[in-house]
Amino acid sequence: MAGRAQPVSPWPGAGAAALVAALILGTLAAVALRAETSAGFGPADWAALRFTLVQAVLSAVFSVALAIPVARALARRRFPGRRALIALLGAPFILPVIVAILGLLQVFGRAGWISEVLGLFGLSPLRIYGLHGVVLAHVFFNLPLATRLILQAWQEIPAERFRLAAQLGCNGTAMFRLIELPMLRRILPGVLAVIFAICLTSFAVALTLGGGPRATTIELAIYQAFTYDFDLGRAALLSALQLALTVVAALAALRFSQGDGFGAGLDRAIRRWDGGSPLFDVFWIGTAAAFLLLPLAAVVISGLVGLFEMPALVFRAALISVLVAAASTAVLLLLALPMATAVATGRYGIVELCGILGLAASPLVIGTGLFILIRPVANPTTLALPVTALVNAVMALPFALRILVPAAQDVVTRHGRLALSLDMDKKTFFTRVLLPRMQPQIRFAAGLSAALSMGDLGVIALFADPHIATLPLQIYRLMGAYQMQAAAGAALLLLLLSMGAFWLLDRGGRLHAET
Amino acid sequence: MLKLDGCLIENGSFSLQADFTVETGSSVAIIGPSGAGKSTLLESIAGFRDLKRGQILWNRGRISDLSPGQRPLAILFQDGNLFPHLTVEQNVALGLRPNGRLSGDEQAEVQNALTRVSLFGLGGRKPAELSGGQQSRIALARVLVQRRKLLLLDEPFAALGPALKAEMLDLVAGLVAETGTTLFMVSHDPQDARRITSHTVLVADERAHPPASTKALLDNPPPSLRDYLG
Amino acid sequence: MKHLMIAAGLLSATSAMAADKPQLTVYTYDSFVSDWGPGPQVKEAFEAVCDCELNLVGVEDGAALLSRIRLEGENSDADVVLGLDTNLITAAKETGLFAPSSVSAEYALPIEWSDDVFAPYDWGYFAFVHNADTPAPANFRELAEGDTKIIIQDPRSSTPGLGLLLWVEAAYGDDAPEVWAGLADNIVTVTKGWSEAYGLFLDGEADMVLSYTTSPAYHLIAEEDASKAAAAFDEGHYMQVEVAAKLAGTDQPELADQFLEFMVSDTFQQIIPTTNWMYPAVTPASGLPDGFDTLITPEKSLLFSPEEAAAVRDQALAKWLGALSQ
Repeated sequence: MAGRAQPVSPWPGAGAAALVAALILGTLAAVALRAETSAGFGPADWAALRFTLVQAVLSAVFSVALAIPVARALARRRFPGRRALIALLGAPFILPVIVAILGLLQVFGRAGWISEVLGLFGLSPLRIYGLHGVVLAHVFFNLPLATRLILQAWQEIPAERFRLAAQLGCNGTAMFRLIELPMLRRILPGVLAVIFAICLTSFAVALTLGGGPRATTIELAIYQAFTYDFDLGRAALLSALQLALTVVAALAALRFSQGDGFGAGLDRAIRRWDGGSPLFDVFWIGTAAAFLLLPLAAVVISGLVGLFEMPALVFRAALISVLVAAASTAVLLLLALPMATAVATGRYGIVELCGILGLAASPLVIGTGLFILIRPVANPTTLALPVTALVNAVMALPFALRILVPAAQDVVTRHGRLALSLDMDKKTFFTRVLLPRMQPQIRFAAGLSAALSMGDLGVIALFADPHIATLPLQIYRLMGAYQMQAAAGAALLLLLLSMGAFWLLDRGGRLHAET
Repeated sequence: MLKLDGCLIENGSFSLQADFTVETGSSVAIIGPSGAGKSTLLESIAGFRDLKRGQILWNRGRISDLSPGQRPLAILFQDGNLFPHLTVEQNVALGLRPNGRLSGDEQAEVQNALTRVSLFGLGGRKPAELSGGQQSRIALARVLVQRRKLLLLDEPFAALGPALKAEMLDLVAGLVAETGTTLFMVSHDPQDARRITSHTVLVADERAHPPASTKALLDNPPPSLRDYLG
Repeated sequence: MKHLMIAAGLLSATSAMAADKPQLTVYTYDSFVSDWGPGPQVKEAFEAVCDCELNLVGVEDGAALLSRIRLEGENSDADVVLGLDTNLITAAKETGLFAPSSVSAEYALPIEWSDDVFAPYDWGYFAFVHNADTPAPANFRELAEGDTKIIIQDPRSSTPGLGLLLWVEAAYGDDAPEVWAGLADNIVTVTKGWSEAYGLFLDGEADMVLSYTTSPAYHLIAEEDASKAAAAFDEGHYMQVEVAAKLAGTDQPELADQFLEFMVSDTFQQIIPTTNWMYPAVTPASGLPDGFDTLITPEKSLLFSPEEAAAVRDQALAKWLGALSQ
């Protein structure tokens, strides 16, 4: 019936979602079918499940709890360098794991900066290793993402609401209860679920900061099943468990975050009248900046020397990484834009669910599954780069969707009726209205995806060809060859490239980055 | 001739019945208390809302199954009548060809329409660079090139000042008279209705009453309208 | 995407050019093929004598390498697998995918070598590496009693980690859980792989790191830095012997044999010490590079036979997990 008409078609998006689901579930099935005998779950696996859940829940809760005051402070205050700070705060999220661990420990480790300062006062060094260390590291990785997502929602509250509340004489607390709390209630479940899902698949971070085998996660159990035991059945089973946990978390989040949007404010520059103490906001912005930027500074400092000692091969790897990131970003947009459009038409929540699967998919399982599937038809090694680009795109998909879906919904709500009344066809609406209107978000998603792809080791190690190494792989190789200094230099180069790619793509989204 | 034949519109707990005919070429106001369903009625005619029962006919052809863009009508909403990222010309051109490029003749037609609404020379601007009144004129220029036989207005000029609003209404009146278009407009201001419409549909008590003479209705309002007019 | 394909095409063009020559595909671990590993020199040297093309394919580490072979099964592309160690030999043989070879040499191993399928190409001792200017404990018990901090690798994800597990098992047997319990408060953390652990050690996170007795040679030779030393433990040091074998399904059996012979020859063995930083399986005529003479030589070599290693592995892991998960 006419009343259900939509200005855009959900079908390409549904198709893209089906492809993603087929990739993730198909590779899982390929691994499961290849299994011979399996020992099934052992008590160690249940212990791993327990630890995985505990650390993921704690990491999500702490990341979000800390992100709220930081986002609020950033939403309320204007200061020079704010935009650069917000961009820089995103850096931990795109660092390769091994580099981030080393940076983090140079600040918080036993011989780290803080411990050294403590030592000056005769105090014993920080005890970073343990469950709290795992949570700290995960907060380091995910606080920027949580802050960015919450900040975005904060900035989307129409300025008129604050004006109205101010006019009614609301103080800070009342304004929080009246306007901000409902907003948080709407978006926090989604943010929690995303971070929970990211932390579910943690492996090296959890193990290293966890201080020992107590900190065994499901992903480590998958790795063990693959290499130590060669028990593909158990690997597939564990991976399915990981996917199921993510789906449950995602469904819960989608269910809780239902409700009306905030509509559109006409006024973009948010001015508020609740004042509040600037000290409070300065404290939160300063603390977050120090927490996130100090380890980055450690990465930069230790990389500076190595930057000039890097063999030429590192630059070749950097070029390959840039190409992979470009391809991966193209694939991501080809998947994410139709999918976001489909979700925006209203009744395709399952499309977003398929996207979220990318978070929970074990790279080891996807890589091995692809290897099994590709091998009968082609030499997997020659496809190393396209496969890496594809897998990186799928891994970035959940984040891209969180950025694109609200924007697409907004465009469809705002301009859908007019397009329908003009008899504009679905393709034209997509290219002439949806894409131009979503430019800032598309750039942001593309920038994030390029940066993530640049920093992610992905599946390249499974397909590696000695002549084709991405920069993250080359960093691992340098470290494996004792060349820690050159590796630190390469890590700094990688950081610069990732941030550069992000800046380049997101640059046009000035309006958006202003939020 | 527009005919609403035994129509029942439902929206949650709200419902509205409409069963009346509007003559071709006439100008009809829709008036009634807030929340009575004036916009809902317009949205149903335009095709954005399903009928629970009944049908809508235009010149004896059933249009209630058509998608919004295929109905023989143009509509202007309270807001969002323009695409802010497109130029004035591009916005107007969408009325002729929503999906493709314009031919030379069609481009000339766009320029004519812009001239007709006193916007000649401003075609390359973006809507945000123009004033509120000029933005309304862009939308009217597009209506003009759409050449639809029925025009629905859902208070598109509500945000304009009284003088500017009167100016727009006069422009609309001139355009519909010139092209023989049937006008159907929601209004909450009886003066607007008196200004350019001959007939008025009163929407109240879950019913859209058949059109009555605007003057007679406003001079001697029934109780439900009297409460509203105050 | 198109540019990417072009780039990939350019990069693989070199291998396509020599397509008319016979191809020998050797699967090995990633650090072997890396530009700082033995791979590039080995490829050049072998191709100079074989009139063939040598394709080295890198797969993460030894354990992942065996998994890859099992995944590919009988129609694996590999002709030779290089990079397993004695702990993986039993599992490798059980697959039935490997074929015996006639390779033999005057091995310079501290143990007798008699395997007819796998031939060794290098070996080393696991050891804790520390800064030369700080004193190191003389054995595990002393380590456990003192407060020296160490970083080790997880046996489930790393070869040295598994080596340490078997080291303690070989030295202490039934007392291993007690030793591990004693070590628990010395262990700063357990990492996924060697690189993380060594990086953390260099950053000062611990006094010692699990590595090899040959690690100080790298710092000495490549960086002219004599500040690192390996701690000699009087229980003896567990060995790692790295091996290679021909696959039964190879379509180049003669070339594969030729490669294995080449592997124990002087040319190959000379490359090993300063690229893989291990002892060559056969001492080259020119001897070991300068600097290797400064390394500690354990009084006692510990090594489980492949069968023993396979038999005790799971049990030893359970002890380790039990002791460190308290």
